[in-house]
Amino acid sequence: MTATQTTSRVAVRDDAGEVAPSIGAISPARPLRSRRRLRAQLTAWAFIAPVVVYLVVFYAYPLYRNLDLSFRDYTLRSFIDGTAPFVWFDNYVEVIQSSTFTPALINTAVFTLVSIVFQFAIGLALAVFFFKRFPLAATLRALFLVPWLLPLLVSASIWAWMLNSESGIVNAGLEAVGLTQVNWLTSPQWAMVSVLIANIWIGIPFNLVILYSGLQNIPGEVYEAAALDGASSWQTFWRITFPLLRPVSAITILLGLVYTLKVFDIIWIMTRGGPGNSSTTFAIWSYRLGFGGGSPELSPAAAVGNLLIVLAFVFGLIYIRTQRRLERA
Amino acid sequence: MAIQHRARVFGAAIITVGVAAAALTGCSTSGESSSASTEFTLWDPYPDRDAESTWAKAIDACAADLDITIERNAGNTGDTVKDLTTAAGNLPDVAMVDNPKVSTLADAGLLTTTDDNGFDVSNIEANILSAGEIDGKVYGVPVGANTLGLYYNPTVLEAAGVDIASVTDYASLTAALEKVVASGKKGITFSAVGTEEGSFQFLPWFWGAGADLTELDSAQAESALQLWTDWLNNGLAPNSVISNTQGTSWDEFMTGEYAFAENGSWFKSAADEAGYLSVQIPGIDGGVAPAPTGGEFITIPVQKDTSRYETSAAIVECLSSGDTGATALGYVAPTADGQAAQLAADSSLEFWIGAVGDAKPRTADNLGISYGVISEQLYTAVQNALSGAASPADALAEAQAAAADKLK
Repeated sequence: MTATQTTSRVAVRDDAGEVAPSIGAISPARPLRSRRRLRAQLTAWAFIAPVVVYLVVFYAYPLYRNLDLSFRDYTLRSFIDGTAPFVWFDNYVEVIQSSTFTPALINTAVFTLVSIVFQFAIGLALAVFFFKRFPLAATLRALFLVPWLLPLLVSASIWAWMLNSESGIVNAGLEAVGLTQVNWLTSPQWAMVSVLIANIWIGIPFNLVILYSGLQNIPGEVYEAAALDGASSWQTFWRITFPLLRPVSAITILLGLVYTLKVFDIIWIMTRGGPGNSSTTFAIWSYRLGFGGGSPELSPAAAVGNLLIVLAFVFGLIYIRTQRRLERA
Repeated sequence: MAIQHRARVFGAAIITVGVAAAALTGCSTSGESSSASTEFTLWDPYPDRDAESTWAKAIDACAADLDITIERNAGNTGDTVKDLTTAAGNLPDVAMVDNPKVSTLADAGLLTTTDDNGFDVSNIEANILSAGEIDGKVYGVPVGANTLGLYYNPTVLEAAGVDIASVTDYASLTAALEKVVASGKKGITFSAVGTEEGSFQFLPWFWGAGADLTELDSAQAESALQLWTDWLNNGLAPNSVISNTQGTSWDEFMTGEYAFAENGSWFKSAADEAGYLSVQIPGIDGGVAPAPTGGEFITIPVQKDTSRYETSAAIVECLSSGDTGATALGYVAPTADGQAAQLAADSSLEFWIGAVGDAKPRTADNLGISYGVISEQLYTAVQNALSGAASPADALAEAQAAAADKLK
């Protein structure tokens, strides 16, 4: 025991691989050693530098700029003379008191939650369905990925075209079976439903792929044991598949949440957030304020953008909380 | 430990300096471009017109005349206001700007006036020029103008027994639409989309009813919006107008099912080909409603080197005088001479030249930058009324309140 201790003390090596005689005799080698250590440190920093520069230039600075923009009264003139008075929370007050705030908040919540519930439920159902290997399963599963592969612009335009009140195929179908036509994109009651349908359709493949890979990680023995115990397929799903899929489900939902909160293109192409404000979410509202109307209101637009970030952050925290509670339970 | 800490601080310092240096060089590279060179930049919203197009050739001809080179630059995003403001330190010599945006850029101090750049605007038609006029100062000249009219399909009208001469005011137009719909065809298509395009299309009816943009909730404004709302509710116009752009509205008209379409002079050749004709949009009690003008202004943004203005003004002169620029872009020329030349070349342009003469810029009446705010509220009110979210009166009252609040 003593012997090993001694050897280990003698054989202490520093980072550069140099054998240090012993801890007590450190002083003569000090300058050399510290220089080496410094160089090692610098090398480490050189490796970190690219990612730090990247993070600062592409994440920290834009975020800081957006915060700065939202606390100032930025007009087009500010770009010329560089003056933008600091107005504290005026932009936030203006945004929150705006008549668009409540509808936009409700629309954002409805759009996000309904999208996620349906995307997840349908994605999971399809994943379980395709997990039962049958002829053509792989081909069919690949076909379900199509929405994911299409550019959003294409998907949204085609949905807008299909849901057109006058010439859309959906209304033609409804009329063929004797129903009255629905003003999918142009009535306040249906506009949100229409963009939701398109967004759910686009989000299903993502859920399908991740949940399918999650299913592959559940050991087959568990299912065998369940089968031996005489569990019905319904029981197998609720007692085995669903609980064991929980970690994968959580990450799928979180990613879906972040993705759905910021959805802009689908809504903008299909309804422009309209009619009126009936499908305006925070993302649409921010764009409208900044670039949509005739007068660019950059600072309120930045304020709305920041509220959206805060919203995503709050959802993130709620997710982590629930996650911890589930782990403890 | 102490050494490690010092090294870490040192490393962080190097990175900070590096980032700062990168940021600084990033700034300094812009800013130095325009010297006393003979190369002039033109921000051109028509990048799709290649070097072989008549538009590019018109620009090249001007460059050759002035013995300079003109570099066409489409900007970054195609949104001139956004691009110009973000490029504030390094503006192009000449920029083409959509006419309702001229006042916004002028207000931001980005554009020179004709006093600064010495450009003579006396022969430009006054009604077209007024979009660039704020408080008596002129910030640019139109390259040309277009406007809206009422296209009609003679076959559909004939089958329904409607004489186009009977369409003289809102009531007779509505009566004609009812006859057409009764004959099994469709009435009228237009664009009431929730963007500037929606306001553009609504304005002839709004102005034609005698309403004023400074008072969105007037009885006249309400009667104009009521007209559109009734058309929709009575099936005389399709519900799709709420999301139609002018392009999709035109596609509907081209199906041959519709009797009327409100659309722009830019579809003239397509209409000629299909045998469709056009009349000016009537006023509420007869006469002709003023339609808004469309089209870009050629502006000279502020430069550090003011000696460049002289040549820039010559470029603007070259592109706006006569009819080369306007004809190349499919506009009605902004000068009487240019219009005469266009008419001589193609007599079928007479209708649209007359329509442009009766038209009125959106930012006229010295509305200037207020127009953007008002327009946003106006198209929102149109959307709310047509979709049934609010009655025309309520929608307009809300719009007026919101606009007044923003313009305070």
